[in-house]
Amino acid sequence: MRSTAWNDEENRVLPEMALDFMPEDKLRELQLQRLRATVKLAYEKVPLFRERMDEKGVKPDDIKTLADISKVPFSMKKDLRDTYPYGLFAVDLSEVVRLHASSGTTGKPIVVGYTKEDMEVWAQVVKRGLLACGFRSTDIVQNFYGYGLFTGGLGIHGGFEALGATVIPISGGNTERQVMLMKDFGVTAVGGTPSYFVRIIDVAEKMGVDIRSLNVKRGIFGAEPWSDGMRDYIEEKTGIKAYDIYGLSEIVGPGVGCECECRDGIHIFEDHFYPEIIDPETLEPLPDGEEGELVISTLSKKAMPILRYRTRDITAIEKTKCKCGRTIRRIRRIGRRSDDMIIMRGVNVFPSQIETALLRAEKALPHYQIVLDTKNNMDTLEVKVEVSRDMVSDSMGAMEQLNKKFKHSIEQILGISVIVTLCEPDSLPRSEGKAKRVVDNRKKM
Amino acid sequence: MKIPQVSVFVSNRPGRLQAVCRSLADAGVNLLSLTLADSGEFGLIRLIVNNPEKAVDVLAKAGLSATITDVVACPVNAAIGGLAELLSTAVGSQQIDYMYAYPSTLNGSNIMILRFQDTDKAIEALKATNFKAIDKEELFKNT
Ligand SMILES: [Zn+2]
Repeated sequence: MRSTAWNDEENRVLPEMALDFMPEDKLRELQLQRLRATVKLAYEKVPLFRERMDEKGVKPDDIKTLADISKVPFSMKKDLRDTYPYGLFAVDLSEVVRLHASSGTTGKPIVVGYTKEDMEVWAQVVKRGLLACGFRSTDIVQNFYGYGLFTGGLGIHGGFEALGATVIPISGGNTERQVMLMKDFGVTAVGGTPSYFVRIIDVAEKMGVDIRSLNVKRGIFGAEPWSDGMRDYIEEKTGIKAYDIYGLSEIVGPGVGCECECRDGIHIFEDHFYPEIIDPETLEPLPDGEEGELVISTLSKKAMPILRYRTRDITAIEKTKCKCGRTIRRIRRIGRRSDDMIIMRGVNVFPSQIETALLRAEKALPHYQIVLDTKNNMDTLEVKVEVSRDMVSDSMGAMEQLNKKFKHSIEQILGISVIVTLCEPDSLPRSEGKAKRVVDNRKKM
Repeated sequence: MKIPQVSVFVSNRPGRLQAVCRSLADAGVNLLSLTLADSGEFGLIRLIVNNPEKAVDVLAKAGLSATITDVVACPVNAAIGGLAELLSTAVGSQQIDYMYAYPSTLNGSNIMILRFQDTDKAIEALKATNFKAIDKEELFKNT
């Protein structure tokens, strides 16, 4: 078997990877030069950024060092909504070759645009991430990220295509067919949301197909936070290696960062995206190693330069160097987004904690949903768990025991009392292959 | 001696029992017995059918989780004290998880379906009594 270790000789000689290993001083120099150009572009072409900088009395020429980025005002999702659809574009629409939009459930979506050059950069960063995780041009890739307005499908597609792999643009849904093609096409690599892959694993099992016996070796997963427990579950069930790719549409889509074979954090493609960690309360920058909110500035985007975007993702920039030798810095895997955080009777709850609890209780990863409600003026947290075939027993006592086991495991992790409700398979909603984990019906005070 | 019983997990909502029966009927699975156990939120439908494996597959396709467990079918004298008589034998000292009456008779006897904690031990215990466990072929012969 071919070695897939991080120090695989092949990994270092590929010219596309050179940027990941750039000498640090050269990298900082490049970043400063690109940051200055981006601030200038945003100031000159995007009214929102100009107004904000003028308010703070900052001019593009004030950016003399990378540390001066702290003078630049922040931007956030609301800014993209408020300027819908094209208000943050820095180029004429004639230069924009692609539009993507969020599947906002409420109100207007957010819209992002790309020039031809932006598209090339996007494909290149995804490709660099894939290479770092050991994907190669010889791979046959089943891409079940959703295709369409969502950046996931076409973003990952572009990266694999740039890599020269054989891409099957199957998108999400029709799970039995996914299993059939995985088998018949000799698929060696998969990409998509981890929650949908778990669904594929379930269906394959039902169909009597053992993914371990197929050719699939690796998967690239993203678009939602997923726990280490979920990764272990996927790898145990399928025998593949699962890698995390990070990104958000507002910045570029998937490919802002990606794991490497070491799987010890996510390398940010720092020559195109500048990461900072801030204290979400004081908004002050935090030193590397400290946990806070990730803020990203684009360094080469032309259609839509974004300055100091508050991602709502909670992480830290690693202080130490990765064993792979890449000089581009890493952030810790995102276990939680501040947007996903539920505050329940004063306690912070993240869906990933529920996931960990379910895995701990049953060594299985059932589909679940968190429902918040107010009953008799008390906020309640209910976890609905789909009962799969191997969880069913003919004994009522055993089913009630299962319920108790889940409840106990969740309560142990969260430290608050919860209600667990067992549900039929497929009874909980799924959207675009992206799990809808939280429903909040609480009465707002 | 063992009878395969299908248990289906259902949410406690109107229409779920109908969904189970309809999908089995459409697949040509013959329902020989059906009993329901429920807690507040969910229920278990326990079925004896002529083709249990097929039933589980059909139910899975309809999005329902089901499993097969072994139960024992015992003839019971259709007279007063029939069940008491059965339970006064060695069978009665076995751990019984649940039991229910089967809706048809066999050679003039009523039939009880029993779920023992230890099925093999219970069948062994039955051998020493006058109540011979009914085998699958006999129970299904008219279906
Ligand atoms: Zn690395």
